[in-house]
Amino acid sequence: MPRIKLAGVAAALAMSAPAYAQTEIELWHAMGGALGETVNQIAEDFNASQDDVVLTPVFKGTYEETLTAGIAAFRAGEQPNIIQVFDAGAATVIGAEGATIPVQDLLADNGVAFDIEDYISGVRYFYADSDGKMIGMPFNSSSPIMYYNVDALEAAGVTPPATWEEFQETTAPALAEAGYIPLAQSHLPWIFTENFMSRHNLPFATNNNGYDGLDTQILVNNDAIKAHFTAVTEWQERGYFEWYGTGWGDNQTPFEEGKVAIWLGSSGSFGGLAQKDLGFDFSATYLPYWEAVTTEPKQTFIGGAALFAMSGKSDEENAATAKFFDYLASTETQVFWHKETGYVPITEAAYAAAKAEGYYEEQPAAEVGIQQLSLDAGDNTRGYRMGFYVQIRDVMNREYGRILTGETSVDDAFATIEEEANQLLARFAQTQG
Amino acid sequence: MKRAGFDTLSLPVLLLLPQLVIIAVFFYWPTIVALQSSFYLQDPFGFGSTFVGLQNYADLFSSREYRKIAWFTVTFSILVTFFSLAIALVLAVKADKVLRGAKTYRTLLMWVYAVAPPVAGFIAVIMFNQSWGPLTEFFGLFGHTYMVGVNFNDTAFAMILASVWKQVPVNFIFFLSGLQSIPRSVREAAMIDNRSATSRFWDVTFPLLAPTGFFLLIINITYSLFDTFGIVDTVVKGEPGNNPMTLVYKVYVDGFRGNDLGGSSAQSVILMVLVLALTIFQFRLIERRIHYT
Repeated sequence: MPRIKLAGVAAALAMSAPAYAQTEIELWHAMGGALGETVNQIAEDFNASQDDVVLTPVFKGTYEETLTAGIAAFRAGEQPNIIQVFDAGAATVIGAEGATIPVQDLLADNGVAFDIEDYISGVRYFYADSDGKMIGMPFNSSSPIMYYNVDALEAAGVTPPATWEEFQETTAPALAEAGYIPLAQSHLPWIFTENFMSRHNLPFATNNNGYDGLDTQILVNNDAIKAHFTAVTEWQERGYFEWYGTGWGDNQTPFEEGKVAIWLGSSGSFGGLAQKDLGFDFSATYLPYWEAVTTEPKQTFIGGAALFAMSGKSDEENAATAKFFDYLASTETQVFWHKETGYVPITEAAYAAAKAEGYYEEQPAAEVGIQQLSLDAGDNTRGYRMGFYVQIRDVMNREYGRILTGETSVDDAFATIEEEANQLLARFAQTQG
Repeated sequence: MKRAGFDTLSLPVLLLLPQLVIIAVFFYWPTIVALQSSFYLQDPFGFGSTFVGLQNYADLFSSREYRKIAWFTVTFSILVTFFSLAIALVLAVKADKVLRGAKTYRTLLMWVYAVAPPVAGFIAVIMFNQSWGPLTEFFGLFGHTYMVGVNFNDTAFAMILASVWKQVPVNFIFFLSGLQSIPRSVREAAMIDNRSATSRFWDVTFPLLAPTGFFLLIINITYSLFDTFGIVDTVVKGEPGNNPMTLVYKVYVDGFRGNDLGGSSAQSVILMVLVLALTIFQFRLIERRIHYT
């Protein structure tokens, strides 16, 4: 009997004191391993920092699996409050207008100050709509940069190349002579296509790179990029470039083993590289460009993923989500995230704080991504918005693989990519009808 | 002789109901939904959709890539089925003759059966690792730079090898029990009539094994078409690129990675029709020629 009484009292207390009830919100993410632990740490710190909201992060697998899980959950009315969606899935989630609440609206509705100018220039508009309104909150942002084996370059007596002309005329022959494979890269669509367009300020698609409409055509079949891939195949023949397959790690490993002297990877890779005992010093700098294409190289845009607030939740939960976004964008959290993971901080304030701490004197490679994202912007450096982009990337990977295994020519490959990508874009437009 | 049966209709229907419900919910309903969504192009979140009739099918049949993948799937299935059955049969015939330590020998051969397809794929990835894989080094001895994930044929070979390796034990178990169920008297009679072990095998043992073989043929074709998904996924590391893939993997790539529900539903329907046709063909044409004892 006393037990029942006690339970009754507790229930009465709980009912009479709704002000103390905590709002529970969920975040579905794709950050595995050490990154996942950092996400959990941020959630724990956020929960400890206040009493109103409890955030539960849930790991859902790869980027693709997380998005698919989110879609299935949304259709069943069981969606989480926040979902992490990667760059290639942006068109899918932003295209479905009723699925998410634009982060800018969410913050404004809940009295959180927001100024898009606070964000680093290369980060600002990738996940925005055609009017520049931020829809998704950039979360783990990175950009492709050039890593190099300092010892190898010293042995060959060269400096990191600023242009591809310098690479093929000076750097690569010297490195090959010194017994190294001069160059490898880890993501052909991201590094040699999307960011190739941004770095050279070339249009990637019609409709303002796809931001302004659905009847978009891809502009990938152009002379500049075809010349680049023709050069890459020549480098491959001469032993200046090696391709180890579509997998990211297969191309990174030979750099770590000291066989490859220059590796193009993510600005977020330096943390992992720094932790390993590589047996050589490494550093990083900007992605090279073709002087023949442009003499004014521009910034690159972000890869990685953003957080989207899903719709269909109560005002109370949306307020809680806004509170978490506010916490996430705070300087302290951003500096922590930046230093733990190697992803760039998303705000200018966080960048300034990390700089003031002297972090980049210890880790100069950590700053390269931010600096490259902050270079001059151009008309085509904001990003791209294309539907079924995951498949378009698959088509690129397939055709690039065939170029590099000699199964197809550069011209045929780009004609195929253009044809299939435009078919996919047209199909995507129909899904939105 | 009184025929056992129910007096009323309601009881048998009631008893059958759970089974019927399961079939309806897990087989017929998804089939109908897949068929229906194969005629639409729809926004994955369920906001917009356009009725496109047979366009999803037309797109597939006109796609060079889809035909290439279909062709690879056929080649892959034939090779995996043939080698899984042939190797298992040889092993079973040999194991049947072992007298000493037979149990240990058989257990060791069955062991691999417990390995899940993704694990088999992972083992292949390790064996064929580009920088230190033992099989990569083995092929290196013959002057072939084995590049799994780069070279189409190298990757296909790794997939086939892993798939066959994983399937041999199952076939082995069935073949062995099939061999052991052949009456001793028949074998002894054959031995008196025919001195050649090879022709004895083809004239007597093989036809008597035919029911087992037929059953295994169906199981193996289904295995190579569908269950090898895990192996394909692990070998290509989730990024197909220029690597070979099977039709089932393509359904996953387009539907679950790419969120193209209409296109991927159309592919499922095509696979469904293919399996239906295959099954009818097998039962109509092949089974007639097999004699069950």
